[in-house]
Amino acid sequence: MAQISLEHIDVTFKQKHQVSKAVQDVSIEIEKGDAYGIVGYSGAGKSTLVRVINHLQKPSAGKVIIDNKDIEKYSHAQIRQLRKNIGFIFQHFNLMNARTIEDNILYPMVGTKTSNEERKERVKRLIHLVGLDGKEKFYPAQLSGGQKQRVAIARALANNPQILISDEATSALDPKTTQAILQLLKKINKELGVTIVLITHEMDVVKSLCNKVAVMDTGKVVEKGSILEVFSNPKTQLTKDFIDTTNNVKEAVDTLSAQERFVELSRNHQLFRLHYIGASTETPIIVDLYQKYGAVSNIVYGNIEFISNVPLGNLIIEIDAEESTIKEIKEYLASKDVQLKNIDLDQAKARNSEEEE
Amino acid sequence: MSAFLTHYLPNVMTMIPDFEQATIETLYMTFVTALIGGIVGLFIGVLLVLTGPEGISENIPFYTVLDKIVNFFRAIPFIILLAVIAPFTRIIVGTAIGTTACIVPLVIAVIPFYARQVQNALLDVDSGIVESAQAMGSSTWGIVFRVYLKEGLPKIIRSSVVTLISLISLTAMAGTVAGGGLGNLAVMVGYQRYQNDVTFVSLILILILVFAIQIIGDILARLTDHENAK
Repeated sequence: MAQISLEHIDVTFKQKHQVSKAVQDVSIEIEKGDAYGIVGYSGAGKSTLVRVINHLQKPSAGKVIIDNKDIEKYSHAQIRQLRKNIGFIFQHFNLMNARTIEDNILYPMVGTKTSNEERKERVKRLIHLVGLDGKEKFYPAQLSGGQKQRVAIARALANNPQILISDEATSALDPKTTQAILQLLKKINKELGVTIVLITHEMDVVKSLCNKVAVMDTGKVVEKGSILEVFSNPKTQLTKDFIDTTNNVKEAVDTLSAQERFVELSRNHQLFRLHYIGASTETPIIVDLYQKYGAVSNIVYGNIEFISNVPLGNLIIEIDAEESTIKEIKEYLASKDVQLKNIDLDQAKARNSEEEE
Repeated sequence: MSAFLTHYLPNVMTMIPDFEQATIETLYMTFVTALIGGIVGLFIGVLLVLTGPEGISENIPFYTVLDKIVNFFRAIPFIILLAVIAPFTRIIVGTAIGTTACIVPLVIAVIPFYARQVQNALLDVDSGIVESAQAMGSSTWGIVFRVYLKEGLPKIIRSSVVTLISLISLTAMAGTVAGGGLGNLAVMVGYQRYQNDVTFVSLILILILVFAIQIIGDILARLTDHENAK
């Protein structure tokens, strides 16, 4: 049984003259120890969806089941207890300006049964965990953005929660700080076994931290699964676009479409995108093509990355061969689980200019 | 020195005990009104924030009624409120004249003024901080005391200074109608008997009071503000 199970969640906002459906029929199962990424553009309903988990947002329909309990039946006091056990971190940190770092971390412990010694001990341990030793008496205004988010993480962990929700926690940070915060979250996920639910508009963040992902668009989950499944075999155009932002294929295609030679190649159906997962990378494809078919191929662009320790390759190659040979090559590669697709640069250009409009 | 003062402030020098009395009366009216009006005004200000649009206990019908009541009392010119409220004052205090009687209209004037100031101060508290407190399981009153009043403290202090200064000006007005305080002395004695030195010294004493409140308020606000001070 999943630790968090969202079943057919709807969230509808009624404003004076219009009804907006922020979340529509979303079902997600999150297992203990997962790092679950929810990705989508702003306005997709991600923030609303995660707020349903700790009842900051009441769902209009559907069930939220946490540790086998339907939280809809909870009293106010039980909801508050539940919230104490779910850490939440925000894009803009939301630290209390009138409290020191120490007092910010102490805040969630007030009203719990934790003894004074235990509280002090935890604050010390958490400050050390997030790497802010010596900053105990500082106020948030004296810290940088990355340091503030570290305090927020320490605060979110104060009651030893089993679940940590991250709402665009790295979106206000620079790339280097983002990486450091993601490493910290990874450590919390792996070493403390805390389940992380992370929402973001950056697929890169999902790729470096999560083991599962759901892609949201206009309130609906359009695709979900393990990172490997989704990255290796994306089904919707939106997911493909998100993935291409992480492997630079889109940029490569853009660069190529500006060069006449490649546009010519693509018009002659000699430019291909080669996509493979896992073991396929171990067979020397390029050599095979030459030995078996006498086809000379040239790698124009290449990107191989590891998703959950499985290599995932994206190559752009030109193959100089007859059309009939290429057909054979395609069949041969398909038998080895390697996809070979023509790249149409004219079409890519057209799509780009459409987007710009 | 004494001869100098007697020359320039002839009437004041004969009225030292009256000045002492009037100063005490002004302080008394200010202090008691600030205490009662402060507590009630703070409470109403908090209620306005909690029940208002996007508030953590949003209740628009309740908010609308409270908001209208506050606006209604804010709209009444104080000098007219003094007269209108007199029968009510007589029921509560037993008389409509004297310093204690002044406190009734003063409190009624200060509550809506302060409530509005508190509301504005608290609306400035970052809604993200309030949301984070909710996410950490704080109750509504926990959020009031541990988030709103703590995070909003520097602004509440500044609002309190504004309210206190305007309260002192109201005590002067109330004094002239119901009797008592430095305002009464300045108008009833200084102005009406053409004893300008009495008016002048009354003014100086009121200004000293105002500046003292301003300075203390500024210091307290600065000490509690950890958001903008580095």
